Amino acid sequence: MINDAAFSDPARDRRIFTGRLLIAGLAAIVLTSIVLYRYFDLQVTRHQDFATHSDNNRVHVRPAAPSRGLIYDRNGELLADNRPSYSLSIIRERSEDLEQLLLQISSLIDISSDDIERFEKRLKRRKPYERTPLRFNLSEQERGILAVNSYRLDGAEVTARLTRFYPNGELFAHVIGYVGRINERESQQIDSVAYSGTDSIGKIGLEKYYEDRLLGAVGTEHVETNARGRVMRILENVSPLPGTNLTVHLDSNLQRVAHKAFKDDRGALVAIDIKTGGILSMVSAPSYDPNLFVSGISQTNYDQLLQSSDRPLFDRAIRGQYPPGSTIKPLFGLIGLHNNSISMDYSIEDPGYFFMEGIERPWRDHNSKRGGHGKGVDLAKAIIESCDVFFYKMSVKTGIDLLSSYSEMFGLGNLTGIDMPGERPGIMPSREWKQGAKQEAWFNGDTINVSIGQGFMLTTPLQLAVMSARIASKGKLLKPQLVKSIDGVATQPVEVRESINMSDEYWDYVHKAMRDVVHSPRGTAKGISNGLNYEIAGKTGTAQVISISAEEEYDSSKIDKSQWDHALFVAFAPMDDPQIAVGLIVENGEHGSSAAAPIARLVIDEYMKSKSKQSQVIANN
Amino acid sequence: MYTNDFVRRMQSPGGERRRGRSLHMDIPLLMILIALCIGGLLVLYSASGQSLFYVKRQALFMLAGFAAMVVVAQFPVRFWERWAVLFYCIGLISLIVVLFFGVGAKGAQRWLDLGLTRFQPSELMKVAVPMMVSAYLGKRYIPPRFTHILATLALILMPVLLIVKQPDLGTAILIFASGCFVLFLAGLRKRYLISAFLMALAAIPSLWFFVMRDYQKQRVLTLLSPEDDKLGAGWNIIQSTTAIGSGGLNGKGWTLGTQSQLNFLPESHTDFIIAVLAEEFGLIGVLTLCAAYLLLIGRCMVIALNSQSQFGRLIAGSLSLTFFIYVFVNMSMVSGILPVVGVPLPLISYGGTAIVTLFLGFGILMAISTEPKRIRIEL
Repeated sequence: MINDAAFSDPARDRRIFTGRLLIAGLAAIVLTSIVLYRYFDLQVTRHQDFATHSDNNRVHVRPAAPSRGLIYDRNGELLADNRPSYSLSIIRERSEDLEQLLLQISSLIDISSDDIERFEKRLKRRKPYERTPLRFNLSEQERGILAVNSYRLDGAEVTARLTRFYPNGELFAHVIGYVGRINERESQQIDSVAYSGTDSIGKIGLEKYYEDRLLGAVGTEHVETNARGRVMRILENVSPLPGTNLTVHLDSNLQRVAHKAFKDDRGALVAIDIKTGGILSMVSAPSYDPNLFVSGISQTNYDQLLQSSDRPLFDRAIRGQYPPGSTIKPLFGLIGLHNNSISMDYSIEDPGYFFMEGIERPWRDHNSKRGGHGKGVDLAKAIIESCDVFFYKMSVKTGIDLLSSYSEMFGLGNLTGIDMPGERPGIMPSREWKQGAKQEAWFNGDTINVSIGQGFMLTTPLQLAVMSARIASKGKLLKPQLVKSIDGVATQPVEVRESINMSDEYWDYVHKAMRDVVHSPRGTAKGISNGLNYEIAGKTGTAQVISISAEEEYDSSKIDKSQWDHALFVAFAPMDDPQIAVGLIVENGEHGSSAAAPIARLVIDEYMKSKSKQSQVIANN
Repeated sequence: MYTNDFVRRMQSPGGERRRGRSLHMDIPLLMILIALCIGGLLVLYSASGQSLFYVKRQALFMLAGFAAMVVVAQFPVRFWERWAVLFYCIGLISLIVVLFFGVGAKGAQRWLDLGLTRFQPSELMKVAVPMMVSAYLGKRYIPPRFTHILATLALILMPVLLIVKQPDLGTAILIFASGCFVLFLAGLRKRYLISAFLMALAAIPSLWFFVMRDYQKQRVLTLLSPEDDKLGAGWNIIQSTTAIGSGGLNGKGWTLGTQSQLNFLPESHTDFIIAVLAEEFGLIGVLTLCAAYLLLIGRCMVIALNSQSQFGRLIAGSLSLTFFIYVFVNMSMVSGILPVVGVPLPLISYGGTAIVTLFLGFGILMAISTEPKRIRIEL
C-alpha cells in the first residue's frame, strides 16, 4: 500500500487546508448574513403585517346571538319562550379525522342515525369554520361526559344557546307559528350579518310575520382560540340587543276551550274582539306540536304530519276556503234591505222549491223536508228558519253586482289584511270574476246559487268572523289584528275604510233576526240557548261538499263521512253591546246547528265569564 | 504500534497546564455547549406547551451526550483515524439491514429496533462518513488526485444512496455535504469544483423527475407559493413565518408566544423550534443564538487549524462546516427561504439520537483539541 502522506509536505498541507477553511468560513458568514437578513426582514420590516396575521389567527370575532322577543297573550301568559338548550357542534376544519371524531362521540353519548344524516346534510352547506350542529338538547349528564372528554374531542364543541319553546304545544301552532333552522333558500334572502348569531328564523305564523321585530340585533364577541378552534378566553364583547316582545290579543283560556271543543273533528274557529278587531282566538284543528320544528323535525315525524289525511299542518282558519252556506243570509238580507230590493214587510210563500223563468230545473229549499216554509216568510223568518227560497227570490231582484260589491266591504272575497302570512282571499263571485276565471258570462242561476252561500262562493273562517264582527258593529270596518302591543306600545285599531252607512232600522232588524236564530223556538240554533244569561246572535250554515241533484235527498247514511256537509256558524254576543264575534266551521259536521253552534256557545261563554270576572275585579278595586 | 493508540503521549515539553486537560475537554467549546444546552432546554419548555416531560427527556439525552462526548474525547485522534473504517462499515451494513428490517414512521424506514432502544443508522453516518473520508484522504497526497476523488465519492455515495432509498432526502443531502466538505477542505482543485458545480446544475432536472418523491416536490412548490394551499402544505410555512414576524425585535416574552402556545405552529418543539424562539425572544433572541452558534463554529475551526494531523484537520473542519449547515438549513427552512426538509436545529430541537450524534462529533473535536501540540496557531 502506498502511503501518499509519507511524501507530503505537512506545512504545505496545512497551508492548503487553512486557505480552504478561510473560504468556507467566509461563505458561512455570507450565508449567515442572508439568513439574518431574512429574520430582520420578517421581524422588523414586516413585523406589523405578521403581528396582525398572528392576531387574526388567534382572535376571532364571534357573533353573540340576541334573545328572540317573547310573545305573550292578552293576560300576560307566555306563548313563545326562550329556553337554554345545549347542543354539540363540530367545526369540520378543526377536526383531523371527522369519522374518528363521530365514532368517539357516539361512544360517549347517544347519537342516532337520524342525527348523523341531518348533520351530514348541514355539513354540505356550511361555511368554512362554521359550527355544524350534531345533537341538540343535551342532557346535563351528557354535557358532563362531553366536558370530561373534551381534550380528545378536538373540533367538537358544546354550545349553549336560547332556543324557542312553546309552552302550550299544539294550542297555538298555526297562529303563533314556529321558528326553524334557516334553510338554503332563506339563507340567500336574509342579511347574513343580522343572522350570524342565530340559525333559526320564523317559518310561519306570527313568528314569520314579525320576524324583523322578534329577531333583535346581533352582538359581537372577540375570543382567543387555539389552532383547533377551542376558545381560550374572551377578550372583548358587544352585547346583543334582545328582540322586541309582542303581546297578542289572543286569550289562552279561550283558545284552550275552542281547541278542546273540536275534539277529533277537523275545522277552524276565529273569534274577534268587535271593538278593536283584535283576534281573541284562532284555532285550526287538528293541530301539531310546533316544538318539533324548532331544532329540525325528524323525517319520520314530518312524514307523519304530511301524510295524515287530517292535514294538521294546514291552517284552516286563514287558508281553508269553504262555501259559507246559509251563514251569509243575514248579510245578503241587509244588502237587500239597504238597496230596497226588499222591504222589512216583504214576504213570500215558500212551496219548498223555486222556479226560475225559462229554467225547468227547480232550486230546492234545503232546510225544509217537504212543502217548504209556507206562507208569510219575511226576511226575519227566512233568517231564523234559514229559508232558501226567500233568498233565491231576493237575490234575483238585488242582482249579483250589488251582492258582490257590498259583500266585499264586509270582508268577503279579499284578503282581510290580518298580520299573519299566508292568508287566502276566498272568492266573492261577480261578473268580472266569472269572466276572468271561467271565461263565461254570468247567469241568474249563478246568482241564485250564491244567494245561499253556495256555487262559486268561498270564504275562510277568518272572513266569516270578520263579517260577523262588521254586522255586529253596524258597519265599522276594522282590520283583524293579532298583535295588541309591541314592546308595550299598544297597536291602534285600524279602519280599512269608512264605515258602511246603513239605516239603523235595518241593522236592528237583522240583529234581532240573528238573535232569534238562537233564542226563538223556531230558530235553527235554538239548541244552544239553554241556560244563557246573556243573548247571542248567530246564524247557522251548511255547506255542500258534493252536489246533490234536485231530485235526490241528502242522506248522510248513504255517503262517506269525508263527503258529509260542512257545518258552519257565525255569531256575536252579547246582544245589548256586541263584544265578541265568532266564525267557525266543522268539516263534515253536517249541521251548523248541532256541530258548529255548540262550539261557539262554549267559546262565547268562556269570554263572557272572563269579562264578568274582570268587571268584578274592577268593581272590587 | 497499535497499543500506542490507547496510550496518550506524555505532554510535550513546556507543557499545557490548562484546566480540563486531564479529562481532555476544550474549555471554551465546553462552555458554549453548556450555554446552548441550557438555552435550548428553556426554549423547549415553552415550545412543548410548558411540559416538563420533554424537557426532562431532552436533559437526559444531553447528559448521555455529554458522557459520550467525554468518553470519545479520551481516545487519541489516531485511534479514531484507524477505526474509522470499522464504524463506516458498521454504519453501511446497518443501513442495508434497515432497508429490509427497519421500522419507521410516516412512510419512511429509518430505525432499527434493538429491543432496548431504537437506533437510526443514518444518524451514525453523520459522523462516520466524514470520519471515513477524512481518514482516507488524510493519508493521500493533497490536493486529491482524480482516482482518489472517485474513490472518495464512492465512499460518500454508497451510504447516501441507501439513505435516499429510506427515503430521507434531508439527511442524505447533509451527509453528502459533510463528505464533500472533506474533499473541499483537502484542497480539491478548482477545475473539479467548477465541473462539480456544473454537473450539479445539470443534475437538478433528473433529480426532480427521477429521484424526488411527490411530497418532496410539493415542499419545493410550497416554498415558492405557500398561499396556494393555506391549510395543507403551506400551513407550516405560513404559521412559522407568522410566528417569527410577529415576534418583532423584542419578542412576546417567554411562554407567551401565541403562535406556539395556541398550537398554530406545527412541530414547534422539533424542527420548527427556532420559530418559537423568534416569536418569544424576537430578533434579539435570534441574534444571540446565532452569535452562540458562530462562536461554537469559530472555536471548532480554531481546533481544526491547530490539529496536528491531516485527518484531524479534515474531520474537525468537516464537522464544523456540517454543524453550520444544520443551523443554516434549519433557520432557512423555518423562515421560508429553503424547502422544508427534516433538519432539526442542533442542540435546541427535541430529539434524542440527533443530540447524541452531535456530542459524538464534539467528542472527536475535544480529542483533537487536547492532543499534544507541536505547532500552535492562536486566533
